[in-house]
Amino acid sequence: MDRYLLIFSTLCFLAAVVHTAIELRAGVFRPMRFNFFAICLGFIFQTAFLSVRGHELARCPLTNLFEVFIFLAWSVAAIYMLVGPGYRLSLMGAFTAPLVVVLQVFALIAPIDIRHPATLPANAWLEFHASISLVAYGAFALACIAGVMYLVQERQLKTHQLHSIFYHLPPLTDLFAAITRLLWWGFALYTLGIVSGFFTGHPLPRVQVVAAIGLWLLYAVILQGRHLRWLAPKRVAALCILGFSAALTLLWGITFTAQMLSLP
Amino acid sequence: MNLFCVGLSHHTANVAKLEQFAGIASAESILREAGCTEALLLTTCNRVEVYAVSPRRISTDEIARCLMRKIDADPHDYAPPFYRYEAEKCVLHLFRVASALDSMVVGESEILGQAKKAYESARKSGAAGPCLHRLFQRAFRVAKQVRTHTDIARGAVSVGSVAVDLAQRIFGKLSDCRVLVLGAGETSERTARALISRGASDLRVSNRSMDRARELADAVGGRAVPFDDWSAQCREIDILITSTSSETPLLTRDKLAPTLRERVDRPLFIIDIAVPRDVDPTVNEMEGVYLYDIDSIRSVAEQSLALRREQVAAAEAIIAEHVTDFVDFISRGLNPALQTGKPPSLGENSLRASELQGS
Repeated sequence: MDRYLLIFSTLCFLAAVVHTAIELRAGVFRPMRFNFFAICLGFIFQTAFLSVRGHELARCPLTNLFEVFIFLAWSVAAIYMLVGPGYRLSLMGAFTAPLVVVLQVFALIAPIDIRHPATLPANAWLEFHASISLVAYGAFALACIAGVMYLVQERQLKTHQLHSIFYHLPPLTDLFAAITRLLWWGFALYTLGIVSGFFTGHPLPRVQVVAAIGLWLLYAVILQGRHLRWLAPKRVAALCILGFSAALTLLWGITFTAQMLSLP
Repeated sequence: MNLFCVGLSHHTANVAKLEQFAGIASAESILREAGCTEALLLTTCNRVEVYAVSPRRISTDEIARCLMRKIDADPHDYAPPFYRYEAEKCVLHLFRVASALDSMVVGESEILGQAKKAYESARKSGAAGPCLHRLFQRAFRVAKQVRTHTDIARGAVSVGSVAVDLAQRIFGKLSDCRVLVLGAGETSERTARALISRGASDLRVSNRSMDRARELADAVGGRAVPFDDWSAQCREIDILITSTSSETPLLTRDKLAPTLRERVDRPLFIIDIAVPRDVDPTVNEMEGVYLYDIDSIRSVAEQSLALRREQVAAAEAIIAEHVTDFVDFISRGLNPALQTGKPPSLGENSLRASELQGS
């Protein structure tokens, strides 16, 4: 039953992707309500899935890689809906939806939805640590998407080759403001996530801790570079992409290690 | 009833020819002299058209004579450039004109305003009746829909509008932008005015002749800056418009590099409309600098036009849908037999009937 909810959700996001692709191909993209409604509907199905799964498990549904991917996709969609209309980054939906589709399709297809017998009692700190970290990843994902949009727009302005998509992208300075805001949100949430990790009562694997702090430092350096104005916007945008790639790798590593440790 | 359009445009006549027919007649005089029941005259810089409704067929020559500047001229001198569209084709033509598909610059926005003005004038004088009222109201609706649902009006096609468009792509709101005009030429003045019209308020003008700088600064509501100080201004400004007659580049990488170090997080948009160029082209390779010279501005304008032309098919599809719907609507309104469910008779007064008569 819960997988059907996820399939419906994926179809909604896919509809947004297809709709945008068709419109961009025809050169008639309009930041219309369709994308926003499709993403909203997809988000509702995602939320329903996580809710059903959470009740089933009687804990935050972050017990395997499958659930982690879905939670990450949910975070991306949630932050998009908070950030998108605020910054009028309407085309951001066109860039966000494919990321969510990729995450959910991978989660649905790959054999990673492995149910483990609960070996540990529910731990509020652990759940808080995992969920807040994933929401931070969602903010980093959107900063990465805004970074891609910035680089696309910057490239077109530099080369004087303005394609149809150019006219649907937000202004460079608005995009940069959005990147900065998303980075601050992500950084604050990620800091909370890391700090709460020390209160879980479980011994923390040293490699994970070092990698997580490394990622935290990377984002701290980006924000400091931005704040002190020794990093140009283009470099900040490129570093956002690098940072999120590192974050995904770290997430994979943490979840994979956790699964290995929980196996009998 | 005959609904028809007679006119000439940039497709069929040059300016000299258009001048012979523009600005003489009014919708009322056409009503009076040609015997139409309704008439509307649309005159623009590249178009003179009469939209009219009449109980009998009125020839193109009769309409042309009403428009003609010299009353005793031989009709054969002016007959060839005139085109004539009847009934459904007339509806299609007006929808295309209002949607700027028939304009010299496809997708331009002025024609809709001109059509509205022409309609308003005909309505006030009583020359436009119920048929033209419905036709033009629908045309305005179609034009709005075409502009909303296609990219027909996207992009800019003149130096000023390209500059404004690009500035908005970079900075968003122009109200916070500081602009320096270097060289008080006509094109830079036009470009500066275009930026002001979109909200730019902090404008500085620098010129070798301080008097000319002051003159332009006063004209555009800015302030004059001594020519020796212009490079120092680059630390503060966001947009530089340059059009001096210097034989060598005024701005090079070496000169700009120290300034850019002080403004790492703020882009600098340079519009170089001087020939020979005032800014070394390699400046565009510097981070955060977007340099557009006259060639690249022209290239952007051509890309915009190409983009607009790509949208013509989508716009035509919207128009075709409305033409069919409008003709059906008018036929039903004019043919009571249809309202009682009887099949339409082409022998009765209907657009389709008049189209057959006219062809």
